[in-house]
Amino acid sequence: MNGLSIELPGMQLKNPIMPASGCFGFGREFSQLYDLNQLGAIMIKAVTTEPRFGNPTPRVAETDAGMLNAIGLQNPGLQKVMNEELPWLDQFDVPIIANVAGSMMEDYVNVAREVSTSPNVKALELNISCPNVKTGGIAFGTDPSIAKELTKKVKEVSSVPVYVKLSPNVANIVEMAKAVEDGGADGLTMINTLIGMRMDLKTAKPILANKTGGLSGPAIKPVAIRMIYEVSQHVNVPIIGMGGIQSAEDVIEFFYAGASAVAVGTANFVDPFACPGIIEELPGLLQDIGVDHISELTGRSWGKVDQKTYHRA
Amino acid sequence: MIRKEKMTVVSQKMIAENIYEMILHGELVSEMDNPGQFVHVKAEEGIDPLLRRPISISSIDKKNNAFTMIYRTEGKGTKRLAQKNEGDSVDVLGPLGNGFPILPHHKGKRALLVGGGIGVPPLYELSKRLVENKMEVVHVLGFQTESSSFYMEEFASLGHAYAATVDGSLGTKGFVTSIIDDMDGEFDVLYACGPIPMLRALEQRFSDIEAYLSLEQRMGCGIGACFACVCPVQGDESGTEYRKVCSDGPVFPVGEVVL
Repeated sequence: MNGLSIELPGMQLKNPIMPASGCFGFGREFSQLYDLNQLGAIMIKAVTTEPRFGNPTPRVAETDAGMLNAIGLQNPGLQKVMNEELPWLDQFDVPIIANVAGSMMEDYVNVAREVSTSPNVKALELNISCPNVKTGGIAFGTDPSIAKELTKKVKEVSSVPVYVKLSPNVANIVEMAKAVEDGGADGLTMINTLIGMRMDLKTAKPILANKTGGLSGPAIKPVAIRMIYEVSQHVNVPIIGMGGIQSAEDVIEFFYAGASAVAVGTANFVDPFACPGIIEELPGLLQDIGVDHISELTGRSWGKVDQKTYHRA
Repeated sequence: MIRKEKMTVVSQKMIAENIYEMILHGELVSEMDNPGQFVHVKAEEGIDPLLRRPISISSIDKKNNAFTMIYRTEGKGTKRLAQKNEGDSVDVLGPLGNGFPILPHHKGKRALLVGGGIGVPPLYELSKRLVENKMEVVHVLGFQTESSSFYMEEFASLGHAYAATVDGSLGTKGFVTSIIDDMDGEFDVLYACGPIPMLRALEQRFSDIEAYLSLEQRMGCGIGACFACVCPVQGDESGTEYRKVCSDGPVFPVGEVVL
């Protein structure tokens, strides 16, 4: 036993590491580089009812310790995902978390109902927080009552547990988390990207064709950790944490903050072998910390500071 | 197969204004196949700069397990790359994408190679391979100014090499199209790499011959997973058909994608 296997609603995972949605396509490209069976789970790219082309290019811009993207939920549409991508992924013994997106509530309900029937889809991730689409997306993720209602409706039709992906672009993240928990969410995934912009020095215009994009990468890690720390102490559902994770050490930080599993996003672009690398490093790190199992680390930071162990320099 | 390797810098030199030629050594070279493919380079460990940089492969030396890349220093990443010295290592992911096709039935035919700025480097390996394929090659290379021009002699050793510069300091004043308009004779195949306006102009002029265009686009992953570098397919009424520059390209037959 390597101390990494964990159980989440709907899933038994070999380890708590999974690629984040939108950063891994449907796994085909990465499968040419390593055996996907190593992964704890795979969060596939957002699925909408109809195929979507997404936003015009340029769609990415680098930032200090991060990147902006405005892909715009490009995907081949529900039918193609059901007929081609999910059956292809079935060759791997890895639970799939299907990211569900839409413009209207009915879209989410339709996609959720159908995609959850695929045998390898073990959970849904409601994408109510994408900052790069004009309708839907973030609108659902910033109003607690709408988010709750959407969660409820999707829960009614889904055959698998429903995780809701929270946006950091809100004033009160705990309020949002509680609202979707009230709506019946089985888990939370957090955080999605932060809305940002960059300007082109030569043209004086935004670099991204969409003007704004979602900031990801190490630059947002402290924000993610803070939000997971706050939310995890106020909800009774597990959190899959994400936001700038690059290393096994980062994973530990997210667990201390209150995460029960983590997703790796932008790091896959920097190093396509980031996920297997982290999985390989984790057992040694757990040994250094002195725990048998990674789940022992969830929420370790919540307790009060032990004054006896605090020595002023 | 795509590999990731810490490759060793064999040599690095500035060959024109802000243009560097770097030779790297490593096993990854054995995977390099077609001219026109590229590598994704991480100039330095750490998170600043975070992302890799796509850089075209300008020549392949399988015998010595080495390849050459020619790049322009623009941002943080390429400037750091330019500080590397002989013996240093560079994290390289590659080879990526599909290159220019070299087709046996082109043997004895006449090829026009058109490059603009930092689109010139991948044409060098292509030109060598076309010459090996017993083809006649003519190069038309566009630069901003003479000081930013490079490899004119190398190209000239393979076939006619014409230069166009915006300020007229080298070759013909103007763009590559100014030269092409005055050229004699017919071409059987066109290969081009450079800025989109140049490729558009070539697409209009050479709609009747076999042509392959290499595109540049901002990339995230470089392997086809992030959908950052997509371009729409020409004539697709549904508006949903696309090609990824990194993994379906960067070379496309003329008329395949919207420029």
